[in-house]
Amino acid sequence: MANTTKIATHESKAVTLTFITVALTYLVLFLGLPLFAVFYQALSKGWGLYWAALQEPDAWSAIKLTFIAAAIAVPANLVFGIAAAWAIAKFEFKGKSLLITLIDLPFAVSPVVSGLVYVLLFGAQGWFGPWLQAHDIKLIFAVPGIVLATIFVTFPFIARELIPLMQSQGKEEEEAAVSLGASGWQTFRRVTLPNIKWGLLYGVILCNARAMGEFGAVSVVSGHIRGMTNTMPLHVEILYNEYNFVAAFAVASLLALLAVVTLMVKSLVEWQASGEILHHGA
Amino acid sequence: MSITIENINKHFGTYKALDNINLEVNSGELIALLGPSGCGKTSLLRIIGGLELADSGKLLFHGEDVEARDARERNVGFVFQHYALFRHMTVFENVAFGLRVKPKKERHPDAEIKRRVHELLNLVQLDWLANRYPSQLSGGQRQRIALARALAVEPKILLLDEPFGALDAQVRKELRRWLRRLHDELHITSIFVTHDQEEALEVADRVVVMNRGKIEQIGTPDEVYAAPATPFVYQFIGNVNLFHSRDHAPWTQQHGDAVAYVRPHDIDISRTPQDDTALPVEVKLVRAIGSIVRVEVAADNSCELIEIELSRERFDVAPLVNGDHVFIRPRQFRVFGEGVKSELSAA
Repeated sequence: MANTTKIATHESKAVTLTFITVALTYLVLFLGLPLFAVFYQALSKGWGLYWAALQEPDAWSAIKLTFIAAAIAVPANLVFGIAAAWAIAKFEFKGKSLLITLIDLPFAVSPVVSGLVYVLLFGAQGWFGPWLQAHDIKLIFAVPGIVLATIFVTFPFIARELIPLMQSQGKEEEEAAVSLGASGWQTFRRVTLPNIKWGLLYGVILCNARAMGEFGAVSVVSGHIRGMTNTMPLHVEILYNEYNFVAAFAVASLLALLAVVTLMVKSLVEWQASGEILHHGA
Repeated sequence: MSITIENINKHFGTYKALDNINLEVNSGELIALLGPSGCGKTSLLRIIGGLELADSGKLLFHGEDVEARDARERNVGFVFQHYALFRHMTVFENVAFGLRVKPKKERHPDAEIKRRVHELLNLVQLDWLANRYPSQLSGGQRQRIALARALAVEPKILLLDEPFGALDAQVRKELRRWLRRLHDELHITSIFVTHDQEEALEVADRVVVMNRGKIEQIGTPDEVYAAPATPFVYQFIGNVNLFHSRDHAPWTQQHGDAVAYVRPHDIDISRTPQDDTALPVEVKLVRAIGSIVRVEVAADNSCELIEIELSRERFDVAPLVNGDHVFIRPRQFRVFGEGVKSELSAA
């Protein structure tokens, strides 16, 4: 039996090689080369200019704003994601499929539309515009708008990661915990959370990557005010449009670096999780 | 602690899972809820454990209404079919869980928790596995750990949902004997759910046979086997042959439509007619299964097979081969009217 399985899933060397070559070429051409180009361009005029571009006040403010947006959006979606996944996976209620569809909405809708929705709601001519103006609250073309747009766009990442995981784990362990006298919070902290921790971390990483890299939705609500409402992706675009290539690519390289670090952390998490699963069982 | 169940009803959507259930479980008793899948036995168990709420009816523990108490306040140990061990905790931590989540003022000191956990692990004879994770255990070991975990909080009632359902036949047999011995030691009022009649008859003090949300019969293993109250119980517990009054009037002893239920081991075989009610049949199949021999025969005018079981000794005295023409006669049977019969055929 062992032999037949081996043969059945075994391909000749030529076939394996061809596939690997095709895949690698594709990766290098469409992923590796652009990444290299970003760093090459950024450093083309030497380290000095590279550092100067990053330390320029507007760039620095864009970096800060990006981190602020991510620092608010990720925890917000963490809480929401866990709550939604918990409700969907462990309970039966009316409107459950509607909730799942709503969670997917930001994936389905173009980010530009997501941004426009906020302008329509909270902009000067929007539904709540006059009220906001009367109370001197500025959402659009200001930091809160950027945070809102970021939250909206990164809304599904954590929930989507957790729902199938929690569904596959069922609710027997939680029921066992409750019958042993654990309170709701104890059950969550001691049973549910440890069971979902790797999936949760994975979702947080993806959510964070998207929060920092988001362009479309943020672009619509930001107003591109330099030093005020520019995030890193928006700042890159502005610099690029001004033919300030070294500065544009320097900031871009920072974004790319964040992405690379994120991917590395992600791989590390996956590697850790698979090790633990081998050890403790799924 | 005794359990009283009064007029409990439960619906899932339009489906009636429990239909007016009444049951009295005595303190220290080991009860089996027996029935086919979907008969409501697990729902009833979960309602007793507080994991599910009844639509109506009363549930009393030792005369006290517990409906307002949720699962964590009922002091009930629950053992799940698929163990539900905490996968990220060692065996030790699994068993210790119930002790660790107690409110601060009730919680034992660490040394005491340690002592109790090892005591329980010794009770289930698995102390040597304390530092393993659930995934490193066999199914039988996992279920014993699940039981130790449930016992850790000193429950007054133990509920087991198909506790041996996911295990292979050999382990199953071993574990159910072990459960019986454990119960005889601890005397905790216990209810276990099973669809395996052999398991129920072997382990339980009393068996509650359920079908389609209703209790069909409550009785000792001997009673439900020897004196089934309904056609369903007859068919569900043990094998049975049905003889319709149309074709076998002398047996049903009734003029109207009725059916005689006869156990396979309650049929005599003879080469000569025993009396004028004997039925001439032809032997279709002879098969020795362990200590018994199963003979399938068919009446001369029909192709319906009748199952007969003989002990090996009896078979050896008068061996049969396929094609033999013999006579059969029931030693014991029970007649149910047609009204009951139609309900049965719908099941």
